[in-house]
Amino acid sequence: MADIATHDTDHATDHGHHSSTGLSNNKLAMWLFLGSECLLFGGLISTYMLYRGRVQNGPHSSQIYDIPFTSVSSFVLLMSSLTMVLAVSSAQRKDDAKTNLWLVITALLGATFIGGQVYEFTTFYREGLGFTTSLFGSSFYALTGFHGVHVSVGVIMLLSLMGIIKKGKITGDKAEVVELIGLYWHFVDIVWIIIFTLVYLIPS
Amino acid sequence: MSTATDTHADAHEHGMSDAGYVKIAIILAAITALEVSTYYVDFGPLFMPALLTMMVVKFVMVVSYFMHLKFDSKIFSFLFYVGLGLALFVYITALATFKFFIA
Amino acid sequence: MATNELPISSSQSLGAVRRPVNTKGWREWLFTVDHKKIGIMYGCVAFTFFIVGGIEALFIRLQLALPDGRILSADKYNQMFTMHATTMIFLFAMPMAAAFANYFLPLQIGARDVAFPRLNALSFWLFVSGGLILNASWFLGGAADGGWFMYAPNSGPVFSPSNGVDFWVLGLQIAGIASLIGSINLIVTVLNMRAPGMTLMKMPVFTWMILVVQFLLVFSLPVITVALVLLMFQRSYGATFFDVSQGADPLLWQHLFWIFGHPEVYVLILPAFGIISEVLPTFSRKPLFGYPFVVFSGASIGLVGFGVWAHHMFASGLGPVSVAVFSMATMAIAIPTGVKIFNWLLTMWGGKIWYSASMKFAIGLVILFTIGGLSGVTHAVAPSDTQQTDTYYIVAHFHYVLFGGMVFGLFSGFYYWWPKVFGKMLNEKLGSWNFWFMVIGMNLTFGPMHILGLQGQPRRMYIWTEARAGQGLFNFAFWNMVSSIGSFVLAVGILLFIINVIKTARNPERAPLDPWDARTLEWLTTSPPKVHNFDRIPVVHHLDEFFHRKYVEDETTHVMTQVAKGEDLVRAEEAAADADIHMPGASYWPLLLSIGVAVLGMGIIYGTPIMVVGALVVLFSSFGWVLEPSVPEPIDFDSPSHDGHTKEIASLG
Repeated sequence: MADIATHDTDHATDHGHHSSTGLSNNKLAMWLFLGSECLLFGGLISTYMLYRGRVQNGPHSSQIYDIPFTSVSSFVLLMSSLTMVLAVSSAQRKDDAKTNLWLVITALLGATFIGGQVYEFTTFYREGLGFTTSLFGSSFYALTGFHGVHVSVGVIMLLSLMGIIKKGKITGDKAEVVELIGLYWHFVDIVWIIIFTLVYLIPS
Repeated sequence: MSTATDTHADAHEHGMSDAGYVKIAIILAAITALEVSTYYVDFGPLFMPALLTMMVVKFVMVVSYFMHLKFDSKIFSFLFYVGLGLALFVYITALATFKFFIA
Repeated sequence: MATNELPISSSQSLGAVRRPVNTKGWREWLFTVDHKKIGIMYGCVAFTFFIVGGIEALFIRLQLALPDGRILSADKYNQMFTMHATTMIFLFAMPMAAAFANYFLPLQIGARDVAFPRLNALSFWLFVSGGLILNASWFLGGAADGGWFMYAPNSGPVFSPSNGVDFWVLGLQIAGIASLIGSINLIVTVLNMRAPGMTLMKMPVFTWMILVVQFLLVFSLPVITVALVLLMFQRSYGATFFDVSQGADPLLWQHLFWIFGHPEVYVLILPAFGIISEVLPTFSRKPLFGYPFVVFSGASIGLVGFGVWAHHMFASGLGPVSVAVFSMATMAIAIPTGVKIFNWLLTMWGGKIWYSASMKFAIGLVILFTIGGLSGVTHAVAPSDTQQTDTYYIVAHFHYVLFGGMVFGLFSGFYYWWPKVFGKMLNEKLGSWNFWFMVIGMNLTFGPMHILGLQGQPRRMYIWTEARAGQGLFNFAFWNMVSSIGSFVLAVGILLFIINVIKTARNPERAPLDPWDARTLEWLTTSPPKVHNFDRIPVVHHLDEFFHRKYVEDETTHVMTQVAKGEDLVRAEEAAADADIHMPGASYWPLLLSIGVAVLGMGIIYGTPIMVVGALVVLFSSFGWVLEPSVPEPIDFDSPSHDGHTKEIASLG
């Protein structure tokens, strides 16, 4: 992840010093990507909001949602944002050991969240809500499933990052790479902040 | 959001101190607890406004502090908030045509 | 940089192969990350799809030339018009704009490449994958047949059981990802890689229009992504999103599609607007009139473009309030477009017009787009649109703006920039014939469609009968025949262009460096530009910087005196060339990743084992990519360079 160096071969990455805005190419790209993801999740959330009450077959949300369970899950994901930002902070202080520690905790919390989602999905399925059961079912699983895939990709990226740091094979500014993965991770968290309220806490 | 501003006593170019981040996390956890309490306690007519407000506050706090947008160049804010703004606009408009907001 | 990081070479990263930095011939093109090569490849593939889409159109016109047409069955006809539109929009127009943007945007801002060269290559190869998958459907059970806007539930598994729509969904999804990645790439390029002194308001208008287009893409593509995903889940996994019996609302698809679809039409036209904003001043020997207005109206079109989508749904049962709101918004958006037309006209007014082929196409755009825009205004008025919608009147409108607007703009660009890209001038006389055949052909083909629409010929109707043709001489029969004849005149026009290209390729005569006495920075290079574009990154002091280096304006008399020619300026740059230029190196990963994505997608249609294979290739390529530095290490070249000078500097011009 680098741009063209015009002089120094060591400066294979853009620290922002050589750019017209003074900002990093990679960071600009990540924020643009996150801006576009707002429209992606917005579409899935809107579809859910439209269809949440259309339950021709199978259970209604009020019959299967387990708010206490999901609340714990949400709290886990929220705390993973804290551990993520602590990882970024450690990376900026060039503390590889601490960075990896916080990264692994973040990945574990993320994996716990995914575990919770898997448990929730299988429970719902057993209770009669499948992907094809009703509009509520299709839109619920599409939205939360997409979110879950994003979290899973995030966990893979966190673990890969740790591996690459350990092997010393980062091809760019290490603190920036951690920061960028952090931005992605936080975004996935804020999408869940919206989902938790709109999907779970506000009854249809 | 005035409580949040007290906590960035250490804000410098690279962000808040770790202690600052923990404080933000505690506030977020507290708000989450309050959100969950709406499941147990009857908020009456305040239910929807309270939940939506808390959702927005948490969202903005994570974006501003954890994602550092408050301390970074306004260009990043522009790129992100234009996307968010467009999303809100088109989807709320579309839902409105489905008479979604009419009780 | 911290010292505890081991230097890494891609030769070591995955242990296997060196990156292909010194390949020549077809391999050089396959693995290139050079924006100019990528631009040329985009152009070639896009033009090929233009021909494919054009042949599909000719089939349609053959079928409709006479009553009770027997060229195409109803089913084949549905496939034909669906694929004609899909191909033209997604596989010709957008990639051709990408060709121009890729080639010229970095040059116009004084950069040596885009911000993310490997991502640029990835966008191209993903586009190729998407295009191939989409057209593979012709041979694998039938193409998509639900119209290019693929309304659900008609496009669902019940009413469109063949795999055609699945290929459509997959092809577009992949092409959409390509465009999304490209849009992020170009926005960062414009924001961050401008030459010193080039503020945003000193950028050429073409660059500005491309920038607005990228913002339109980055925010509209995710919406169609959602629509495609929902349709894919419905068709392939039994979801209920468009199942009316379960309570689904067909308007959901329409909203999701058109929230993307309307910004998409501005994605299509703005690059053409950008091209003629360069061409018109050059061949009028006058600067563009009202540069800030042209820029701001472009940005306004982009923004307001997100607020008018439901004008495609006036007859869908939205209700009077929604219809009224969108009707007014649609009328508003005519204003910034009108501003541009006036700016172009005022640019030409009082200028010394040079009627080159490029200029003819540019003027053609101004006139033909205005005609298309006027019919557009009639659509904005919802009551009259209720009569016009789903008739040939609409077909007339969008072909005037798309063909008369966008395609003419692209052809203007071909004639204008051919000498820069290929070092040869396209033949001007043939260009003139090309132009006149296209103008006459276009008006003969699409002009009558206004009348046919008002006479009641619906869209997407595979056949018309004598009984429906109406009374008198000037009925369906007459106008359909005129239109069909026109389409072949148009085809001859396109053929003339192809002949021009071949003739030019065979012509050994080299073009001068600055044949048009142009105004912008891309001309401060050799023809074609060297691999690193600029020997020295220019420092920019003016809008139309290249022009101001050639001409000095007297303060009082405002008389322009030429102080240098283009050739002199380029030679001066060569004399002052940078010593050390490190260009990003070729890479296997973009191509490999694209293949992985294509296989992954095909797995959705043909089975999970294939998906798994694709996913593994994607994962492998992603890791390979991430571990590879953008700029190659010395060890990646055949013989290591000792003095820091890379092998990438090669004088081509």
